[in-house]
Amino acid sequence: MTLLPDTIAWLVEHFASGELWVRIGEHLFYTVISVLIAAVIAIPIGYYIGHTGRGRDVAVAVSGAARALPSFGLILLLISLVGVVQRPIAAFAAFVILAIPAILAGAYAGIQAIDRTTIDAARAVGMTEWQILWKVEAPLGLHLLLGGLRSGTLQVVATVTLAAFINLGALGYDILQGIPLRRDTQVLGAALVVIALALLLDAAFGVTTHIVDRAIPNGSLPGAPPLKLRIPPVRWGAVVDPPTSG
Amino acid sequence: MNWLINNYESILPLLLNHLKLSIIPIVVGFVLAIPLGWLAWRFRLTRGILLTIAGLLYTIPSLALITSLPPLLGLPYISESPVIIALTIYAVAIMARSAADAFGSVDEGVRQSATAVGYSTWQRFWQVELPLAGPVLLAGLRVVAVSTIALVTVGAIVGVKSLGYYFTDGYQRHIVFEVLTGLVLTMVVALLIDGLLVLLGRVALPWTRHDKRLSSRLPVTAPMAGASAA
Repeated sequence: MTLLPDTIAWLVEHFASGELWVRIGEHLFYTVISVLIAAVIAIPIGYYIGHTGRGRDVAVAVSGAARALPSFGLILLLISLVGVVQRPIAAFAAFVILAIPAILAGAYAGIQAIDRTTIDAARAVGMTEWQILWKVEAPLGLHLLLGGLRSGTLQVVATVTLAAFINLGALGYDILQGIPLRRDTQVLGAALVVIALALLLDAAFGVTTHIVDRAIPNGSLPGAPPLKLRIPPVRWGAVVDPPTSG
Repeated sequence: MNWLINNYESILPLLLNHLKLSIIPIVVGFVLAIPLGWLAWRFRLTRGILLTIAGLLYTIPSLALITSLPPLLGLPYISESPVIIALTIYAVAIMARSAADAFGSVDEGVRQSATAVGYSTWQRFWQVELPLAGPVLLAGLRVVAVSTIALVTVGAIVGVKSLGYYFTDGYQRHIVFEVLTGLVLTMVVALLIDGLLVLLGRVALPWTRHDKRLSSRLPVTAPMAGASAA
């Protein structure tokens, strides 16, 4: 068994030649741009739904239906529709569409999960709706929004890997090129880089979420004393708690 | 449309293979996740370890997982087993967290009552905890089923036959309708299986029938679900 040493050798060689850095750069380029575009579209809609409570069913339906949507099929459908020349645009469109549901759900759920009394209190002290959104709902919903951005980002990282099938480069290229040639070290090496990239992005979101949680502790605003009011739950007939959404 | 008239005979075998490739991971993943989820719910140490591993596994992009298994396990690249193994790993990873949540959703008072009237731990698990965890388990299973059915199509990249074959074939032959057919069929299969699970839940969990909140609600943001399902 020389698979692992050979794979490490392949990785060292291709990192040294700069080839893998270029692929990582391509991968990150597609991912970051797509997630940013998706965020610009999804966050305002999610905030609108969360703040007004209108269109909740739409948000739930979209995030449910998105799970059933095969991402590989979506890329190839969009490219078949717009033509091979416009390949990158079609691919970007597919990545953005795939990132939107998770970010939308995160933005919406972040606001939805806030204790109603907190928002009522903000309204009672005379905040305008915009102030409530920016000073209360957005900070308190940041934790779940980051969760949505994390899911969306990982979804795109995974889908960009598939984009090698349409000659878009990125890290899937070495995997798909290695399979017909039966180059185990190349396939495994490139797959490991994809996995490492996904895990690193995941960890980056984990650290960011941790920092945000420390800045905005326990659902209270920075500097504000935490709410002490706690009413013990009375559940006479409750046999089963409602399912947690997490 | 011409394509469909000339090729409708290919649908059934691909559909059946698609079902086979998805049902094995769904069932095996569910069965494996129940004890793992129980362990994750019961002990703090195992909770941390199991849920962290589950989270990391689900973060792995599907193509990377499917293609790294053949060299590691000595399997041929173009075969169904890496796809089935990879999808089973995802299914366990999502379902273990769901199962942990599900056991956590069982009311502590009910659990203690069961112990008080003389249930052993084993009896309590089968006769009290598992049925009461049912609604949340079902919600998790529906997420697993739908995402697995969608993910099977990724196997088409490495030549594994499923409805995803229409994506690669239609793309290479420039037949938009063929790609669209594959996409629609995959989603229809996912929604049908999802509906089937809801029906199954009504039969198996009759006490949830009148409570729509429990029986047919999909979690809005399952942190794991949909993370890297591509």
